[in-house]
Amino acid sequence: MTTQQHDPSVYEQIGGSERFQELKRRYRSWAFPMTVAFLAWYLLYVILSGFARDFMGAKLFGNINVALIFGLLQFASTFLIAWAYARHSAAKLDPLADELRHEIEGAATDTAKDTAGDKA
Amino acid sequence: MSETTLSTVLFLLFVAGTLAITFWASRHTKTAADYYAGGRSFSGVQNGLAIGGDYMSAASFLGIAGIIALSGYDGFLYSIGFLVAWLVALLLVAELMRNSGKFTMADVLAFRMSPRPVRTAAGVSTITVSIFYLLAQMVGAGALVGLLLGVTSEAGKALTIVGVGALMIVYVVVGGMKGTTWVQIVKAILLMGGATLVTLLVLGHYGFNLSSLLGEAATQSGKGDAFLNAGGKYGTEAQGLAGKIDLISLGLALVLGTAGLPHILIRFYTVPTAKDARKSVLWGIGIIGSFYLLTLVLGFGAAALVGSKVISEQNAAGNTAAPQLAKAVGNLIFGEVGGTILLAVIAAVAFATILAVVAGLTLASSSSFAHDLYAHVFKRGKVSEQQEILVARIAAFAIGAVAIVLGIFAQKLNVAFLVALAFAVAASGNLPAILYSLFWKRFNTAGAVSAIYGGLVSAVGLVIFSPVVSGSATALFPDADFAWFPLQNPGIISIPLGFFCGWLGTILSKEHNESKYAEIEVRSLTGVGAEKAAQH
Repeated sequence: MTTQQHDPSVYEQIGGSERFQELKRRYRSWAFPMTVAFLAWYLLYVILSGFARDFMGAKLFGNINVALIFGLLQFASTFLIAWAYARHSAAKLDPLADELRHEIEGAATDTAKDTAGDKA
Repeated sequence: MSETTLSTVLFLLFVAGTLAITFWASRHTKTAADYYAGGRSFSGVQNGLAIGGDYMSAASFLGIAGIIALSGYDGFLYSIGFLVAWLVALLLVAELMRNSGKFTMADVLAFRMSPRPVRTAAGVSTITVSIFYLLAQMVGAGALVGLLLGVTSEAGKALTIVGVGALMIVYVVVGGMKGTTWVQIVKAILLMGGATLVTLLVLGHYGFNLSSLLGEAATQSGKGDAFLNAGGKYGTEAQGLAGKIDLISLGLALVLGTAGLPHILIRFYTVPTAKDARKSVLWGIGIIGSFYLLTLVLGFGAAALVGSKVISEQNAAGNTAAPQLAKAVGNLIFGEVGGTILLAVIAAVAFATILAVVAGLTLASSSSFAHDLYAHVFKRGKVSEQQEILVARIAAFAIGAVAIVLGIFAQKLNVAFLVALAFAVAASGNLPAILYSLFWKRFNTAGAVSAIYGGLVSAVGLVIFSPVVSGSATALFPDADFAWFPLQNPGIISIPLGFFCGWLGTILSKEHNESKYAEIEVRSLTGVGAEKAAQH
């Protein structure tokens, strides 16, 4: 499966380490609540589209109604969350993940059975 | 020169260009990583474009524009589900999958499970989802190409399907993932270019005033303000409560299905690192989102400038609304010649769209057959890399041939529901298995197998007994009636059921492997031991 074989205990050791737990916490505490939030926001939109047609059909200006604005807000929130995730991971996740990876891969050179990398 | 000649010429140019790329790609396709994952050497931007090219099917380009043109706002609802779905892929799946998998969806699922049952289930599900999707595209291609090229005879349509199928087989068998990816990149650029051009012309015609465009569309539709609100097609007042629940069911399948579609998931393996996978999804979201904003204008533009009567006379589902709009707006602004050229361009873009998507689907299903079923289940991993690639190519040829034959026989059937069904199966079976695998320590073989089969069987089973298969005038078999399930979309039942089956299967089995979970957790988040890009 892998290009580099590590002693399985390496993973349990790292997995239990404080820094990995911190990485996991930073990832999950951002991604999980945000997933719940955008799914709820989307479901609200779908449910209103089904059950609150008078509200959705209300005109705001010209021929622009609530349904159109609500739909466009779904686009806006999607773009915004994607951008925020990119920023969060670049600032909070990548440095820690890179640090841990370099450590494991550095330490593994002693025990590695095959460090040849992918067969090009 | 007539528009059909011009679009044929443009289409042939696209075919010639992409075939040249495919044969170039074949010279750089030597290893399994080359064939299945394009050597993992595409950049984030390239893969982002390819994601757009893989995802924006004829169903989204022509289908959504057509729904908006004929039924108004509801087409927009569809595209919002298709877009928001990418956040699931971005936040929960893309990077972790890139770090822990190799070639197929099953690689991640089988990581800490007993490989044979899990790969069998994942392979069956991958092939089922891809074939549903593929069949819908092939049938659509026959009808559409027929309309655009003025081919009306049955033999002519069948010939078109054979042609589309043959090209798709060549792209996949010869070019593998590298060839397929480039076809998708070129297509994404053409599609965005074409859609942007027509959108600007339409908006320009209305003085860049969206409100007056909408007003004109509402008036021309004959439905007035209701045309600009939800309920024109899904969950109409006439369908009552069941229709509204159906709308929510569809919405769920759309938003949760994308991150479980195998042909989308394997795109994450084509880049060197998880960071590039993230970057490609970000680009994908940008491209797909912009595209759906364009289709909003295209759809309402077609309603305003072509009119629903003329559109539905050409094609009852409105699939030709976008090309018809191109002609109408071209005529208005540049005169007859402009209309002809613009129609030809959009028709050629539509062909390119179909080809890129069917190639992606054929690749995903044949890869899963060769890598999961043949190499790991039948041969228990005792197979050389070259043998495995050979089997993948044969499988691509066979799946392509099956798709051609089914596509021809299904010409007269209403198979449009197959795309929504593919999303429902992906959301009900694949997504629970993927999420549990990545995030739930206790998850095990029994859980993975139960989630996949539970989701797959319930989604397909409920659709078989739904009004889309029998018991209504627009059903697959309009003369039969064995429909007892009232909804057209099974997601609202089958998605929770898939998650439930995965949970139940897990707790009923004693198996759990803590150290393998520690491994996938560390690997997925840090990228340790992730597959490297090929060095050419």
